[in-house]
Amino acid sequence: MTEMNIAQAVNAGLATALEDERVVLIGEDVGTTGGVFRVSDGLLARFGPERVIDTPVAESGIVGAAFGMAINGLKPIVEIQFMGFTYPGFDQIISHVARIRNRSRHRFTAPMVIRIPYGAGIGAAEHHSESAEVIYAHTPGLKVVVPSTPYDAKGLLLAAVEDPDPVVFLEPIRMYRAIREDVPDEPYTVPIGVAELVEEGDDVTLIGYGAMMKEIGAAFELLTASGVSVEVIDVRSLVPLDTETIIESIRKTGRAVVVQEAPRTAGFGAEIVAQIQEHALFSLEAPVERVTGWDTIVPLRRAEKHYMPSTEDIVQAAHRTLLS
Amino acid sequence: MIRSLDNDTLLGLWERMARIRAFETRVGEIAAAKEVAGYLHTYSGQEAVACGVIPLLRDDDWFTSTYRNHGHAIARDIPLDEIAGEIYGKVTGVCGGKGGSMHVADQSRGMIGGMGIVAGGLPIATGAALASKYLGRDSVAVAFFGDGAVHQGAWHEALEFASLFQCPVVFVCENNLYAETTAVDYHLLAGSVSAMTGPYQIPSVQIDGMDVFAVRAATAAAFERARTGNGPSLIEAMTYRYGGQYEGDTQTYKPPTEVAYWRGQDPLLRFRSDTATRLGMATLDAIEQSVQVEVDAAFTAAEAAPWPDISEVTTDVYTPIA
Ligand SMILES: Cc1ncc(C[n+]2csc(CCOP(=O)(O)OP(=O)(O)O)c2C)c(N)n1
Ligand SMILES: [Mg+2]
Repeated sequence: MTEMNIAQAVNAGLATALEDERVVLIGEDVGTTGGVFRVSDGLLARFGPERVIDTPVAESGIVGAAFGMAINGLKPIVEIQFMGFTYPGFDQIISHVARIRNRSRHRFTAPMVIRIPYGAGIGAAEHHSESAEVIYAHTPGLKVVVPSTPYDAKGLLLAAVEDPDPVVFLEPIRMYRAIREDVPDEPYTVPIGVAELVEEGDDVTLIGYGAMMKEIGAAFELLTASGVSVEVIDVRSLVPLDTETIIESIRKTGRAVVVQEAPRTAGFGAEIVAQIQEHALFSLEAPVERVTGWDTIVPLRRAEKHYMPSTEDIVQAAHRTLLS
Repeated sequence: MIRSLDNDTLLGLWERMARIRAFETRVGEIAAAKEVAGYLHTYSGQEAVACGVIPLLRDDDWFTSTYRNHGHAIARDIPLDEIAGEIYGKVTGVCGGKGGSMHVADQSRGMIGGMGIVAGGLPIATGAALASKYLGRDSVAVAFFGDGAVHQGAWHEALEFASLFQCPVVFVCENNLYAETTAVDYHLLAGSVSAMTGPYQIPSVQIDGMDVFAVRAATAAAFERARTGNGPSLIEAMTYRYGGQYEGDTQTYKPPTEVAYWRGQDPLLRFRSDTATRLGMATLDAIEQSVQVEVDAAFTAAEAAPWPDISEVTTDVYTPIA
């Protein structure tokens, strides 16, 4: 075990993955610089420039080339610097990477990982702050995972590398260095498609993922202190979604607050709410609450806090469900 | 070139270059003091490019910029208060504090804006130019971009459009030898950006981007071509950014000898040595002092200016409902 933060855990996961010679890491400044967030620090020195590949500023080229490498027997891990820079590469992701299995009836697959730092919280404004996870979740053929702890970061990354399908691996920027915990030194995986029941309780279920787990954790403390028995679910895997864990919890608590940092309209939270009403409508004691960002572009630093769902927003939403 | 310019024009160029240098030096300081969050990309070292090109724009011309756009905004005479205000995210900003440092935009001055996405501006400037042609106007559009932009599909698509439709657009590459931490020696296979326009049949020149007069001469020729219906061109200005990719970048990737060489080519020093006998050192010094006063005032005003109301977080996404 080594105590580490999320950035270090992803680094450790990358180092473990690179032990397999079919794995390469490719992206802008991932080598010499170790990436914008220094997540790939030291990997160039350890694995060499053929395995840790610095590319030009060409996201379409990066994703497309990684896809071609995947077709031809490699297991590329792509790093895109910020979520806002995936858009020039989005054509390759949505038109090719996500669809090859279906359109070729499994004759071709894309066993690759696309790592994307995402989310607000460092005051870096648009392109560097967005939460566009739902665009990927809405794209059939892609799996989408979002760790919120160092343990899950390494375990989900290794699961993503093993996975025969393309996995979009979202790294919450604000959480990179926010928490530390013991992470096993040996390889392990956290299964994709399994949510984590973080806390058990009876009155209300708080459901979220990524950076919002920090706010949810704080809301859990406050609500518990005020006598509410709170269940907490870290979704971890948006696609495939562990509907079972969510539904089981709602059958017990009858109340839910779904939290996402992304804009409200058609966000991933809406999918969770839809699943709940399809499978657990008659267990509900109150309408499901959504706590979300606003339907706008992430603002500059000072207003960023206002944009982001807060602990207080979550606590109030939980109380609203408890009124019924 | 210099001889054909009158003293007022020369002093105007000097004033803008000095203003940019003083402004960006201050931006570096506020970044170091962590007064403004987020990424701040400074323009020091590249002043001759903005000041060689932009003063030749007419009121009805357009241009796009990048996240490294303060220098372009200053060269276009956008008031310093409005640029500093925008960087701080205050109501006094040119976009009311919505766009921030990377997205300074001013429609009234033809500045379509800084674009945070590398190469994002090239197709847009091309389209603005195509519209001018369609509307029968002789205005031009300029797209500023860095050496790193040539790797984006958008760069190639813009050049192809511009050539195919003979758009009155001028592509201005500020080749500062680095795209983030990656040197052109590594990433620029053609050896130069100007060498890449041949297949698109776009005339190009590589020029000394530390010499404002060389930039101005190349721009005048390109504008003339565009305004007279002879299509696009590309200027590759060889220059150097003194700061990092963003403020806070440790710049370990820059060899000290290289830094020393380019500091020796400083566009302000070069301007001084080219014009001192004619304009007099004292005049140039006085302008430097006066722009410093302007910069100080602009930042003091920006610091003191009010923040946009927090309710504005959700405004300006769609047409306001009357
Ligand atoms: C599509 C896209 N990918 C990545 C980035 C991150 N990024 C910001 S600046 C930059 C380097 C650009 O270099 P260059 O074009 O030479 O311009 P310079 O910064 O030197 O002015 C990169 C990769 C971005 N802004 N847009
Ligand atoms: Mg550059």
